[in-house]
Amino acid sequence: MNKIALIILREYTSRVKKKSFLLTTFLVPLFFIAMYVGVFFLTKKSFEESHALVHVVDQQGDIQNKLKSNKNITYIVSNVALQEEIESLKDKEKNTNLLIIPDDFLESRRVELLSAGKPNITTQAEIREQLKEIIRTAEYTKLGIDVASIQRVNDRVTISTKEITDEGDAKESHTEIAMGVAMALSVLIYLSLFLYGAQVMRGIIEEKSNRIIEVIISSVKPFQLMIGKIVGIGLVGLTQFLLWVLLTLALSSAATTMLYDQNSTTELAGSIEEGGLGKPQSLEIMDALQSIHLGELLICFFLFFLGGYFLYSALFAAVGSAVDSETEASQFTMPITMPLLLTYVLSFGVLVNDPHGSIATWLSFIPFTSPIAMLVRIPFGVPLWQIATSLACLIVGFLITTWAASRIYRVGILMYGKKASFKELIKWFSYKR
Amino acid sequence: MLEIENIVKQYSNHRALDDVSLSVPKGSIFGLLGPNGAGKTSLIRIINQITAPDSGEIYFDGEKLQPKHIERIGYLPEERGLYKKMRIGEQLLYLSQLKGLSRSTAVQKIRYWFEKLQIESWWDKKVEDLSKGMQQKVQFVATVVHEPDLIILDEPFSGFDPLNTQIIQQEIIELNRKGATIIYSTHRMESVEEMCDSIALINKSKKILDGPVRDIKKAYQNQTYRILFERSGEADVFNQSTALFTVVEQQDRYEVQDITIKIAPHTSLNEVLLYLLPHITVHQVLEIIPSMHDIFIDNVTKLTN
Repeated sequence: MNKIALIILREYTSRVKKKSFLLTTFLVPLFFIAMYVGVFFLTKKSFEESHALVHVVDQQGDIQNKLKSNKNITYIVSNVALQEEIESLKDKEKNTNLLIIPDDFLESRRVELLSAGKPNITTQAEIREQLKEIIRTAEYTKLGIDVASIQRVNDRVTISTKEITDEGDAKESHTEIAMGVAMALSVLIYLSLFLYGAQVMRGIIEEKSNRIIEVIISSVKPFQLMIGKIVGIGLVGLTQFLLWVLLTLALSSAATTMLYDQNSTTELAGSIEEGGLGKPQSLEIMDALQSIHLGELLICFFLFFLGGYFLYSALFAAVGSAVDSETEASQFTMPITMPLLLTYVLSFGVLVNDPHGSIATWLSFIPFTSPIAMLVRIPFGVPLWQIATSLACLIVGFLITTWAASRIYRVGILMYGKKASFKELIKWFSYKR
Repeated sequence: MLEIENIVKQYSNHRALDDVSLSVPKGSIFGLLGPNGAGKTSLIRIINQITAPDSGEIYFDGEKLQPKHIERIGYLPEERGLYKKMRIGEQLLYLSQLKGLSRSTAVQKIRYWFEKLQIESWWDKKVEDLSKGMQQKVQFVATVVHEPDLIILDEPFSGFDPLNTQIIQQEIIELNRKGATIIYSTHRMESVEEMCDSIALINKSKKILDGPVRDIKKAYQNQTYRILFERSGEADVFNQSTALFTVVEQQDRYEVQDITIKIAPHTSLNEVLLYLLPHITVHQVLEIIPSMHDIFIDNVTKLTN
């Protein structure tokens, strides 16, 4: 056991000390924060730029007084001739428009908008909205309907979705958010299984091509070396996740306070709110996340990541032992990662849309697919017995694959220059020792 | 030290070792000889418990070979290497700890060897910064640092220049004097004669010859002598027919004659000399002993034909 610990320690420290590890660990959260800040500023900028100046030439005469300037748009009633306005428009800044309302506007419902540069879509929408309102009011008046009472009518509808739990209580459900979380988990687990599994394979190929392998297995059993490597790299993965979570939380909270504390952005925060990106909604997201048991999800993520990682890295280890170079390895990595790829692709459609259907349920029990499939389902609420069964299957699965892989591994690491095929691997598997 | 009894190792399409039995005496330098593909490496891997034999037994120091014996064996494989990106010191620490040394004793012993081989400055170097010969030195240290009782060296001198070969050879002999048993696998015959006490010759999965070098050579002595002499009479004694010997080779040199003869069975050198002395003045008599190289070639080709 002591020797396995030594191997784990070496595998772990030699990777954690690498520059590339530090780089990815610190750059990835920075990248996310940079994106977050970038999106914030771009949104802010787009709001600033969308403020439009509209000169109004009203041939009908009545409409121009009903148009109301707001923070997105400023109407200026023109007092010069139409031709002159068109001439002067050419020299104006961008986002300056000329709105021409014909005298038969209430019948034709047509206006013309001339712009310096391309007309802005939000400006168009704003103008259309206001003109519609004007027409509606005119029509209502014509029909003798009291406009004020119409405006008092409230037709807002809110669907509040609740699901019935086993205890019979109704609790708030947040399908969209569950979907988002599920898909994020699916991506995360898929990428990390691949990333760290491939690292195991690369480590073994390195030992083989360095020829250090024979020196080491004259001191330890091949199985000890394989397990030590897998566990060591798994710990590297967990360390990286942990650092990512901590760094992202720290940096994003720092960034948020910085952004929201600026006085100049208070007004902006208001405008974002209207745009549907505001703080209240983010609170709502937090609320929803709580409703899907963040703690439970996190624990499941780590359990299924570990299970899936052990299962797949054992397979990757067997492949690494069988080949002499990484290019040669691709013919084997393709088939063994097929189930993973399939579930990954399915997770965006079938699994998310029908998380309790038979396909999803079966996939979440099969060890090769359950790390992704089960995690996709968990945000939608999965009974505990299913999670437990799936985990048990996964554990049995990884014990079997590790056993099988170690049988191939101990033969493979001593084979040089032999082109391995699946037939060959099966033969190795049946070698006595 | 090591008793190997009736080892058989079968791979799917060939038999690597066919009923091989050997005895490696304690404290000896044992030469394991044989052409490429004879089964040497298979045997060494079995001794190192990297693979297991299909049948047969191995006894290490009187006990049946067990995993715990691993720590008493030092193995320098023919296919060798080190982690390229790891520092030399750390690397040796790792390898010696895998052999069961505690960290502190490992540090101490590595320092001792670094001093001995005058490579103290290498501790923080990476393997990729060293030349091939330097890497071999590090590898040698890795093999012997845990003071094994049995050291198995598979072609230890490949990649060394003559100077370093000399140094390492000295170290091996010194380790042997301090009590380590050494199994030395090679096809460099001249070094075998210099170093080995006993040998075993393996060819085509079978042991064809083994025993102390002295005995083997004696067995291959064939009563051939080289005589340097001056004629003292007129008679050409070597051209007269005699039942005592036959002439193998004759060279006429200025004044001193040089002749190689093969003495007939059941005849002693003394009888021959008594016969010759009236006619010649003997300067030198040398017994022609076949070299290990000749014995090796002789045995291997005999089997092939």
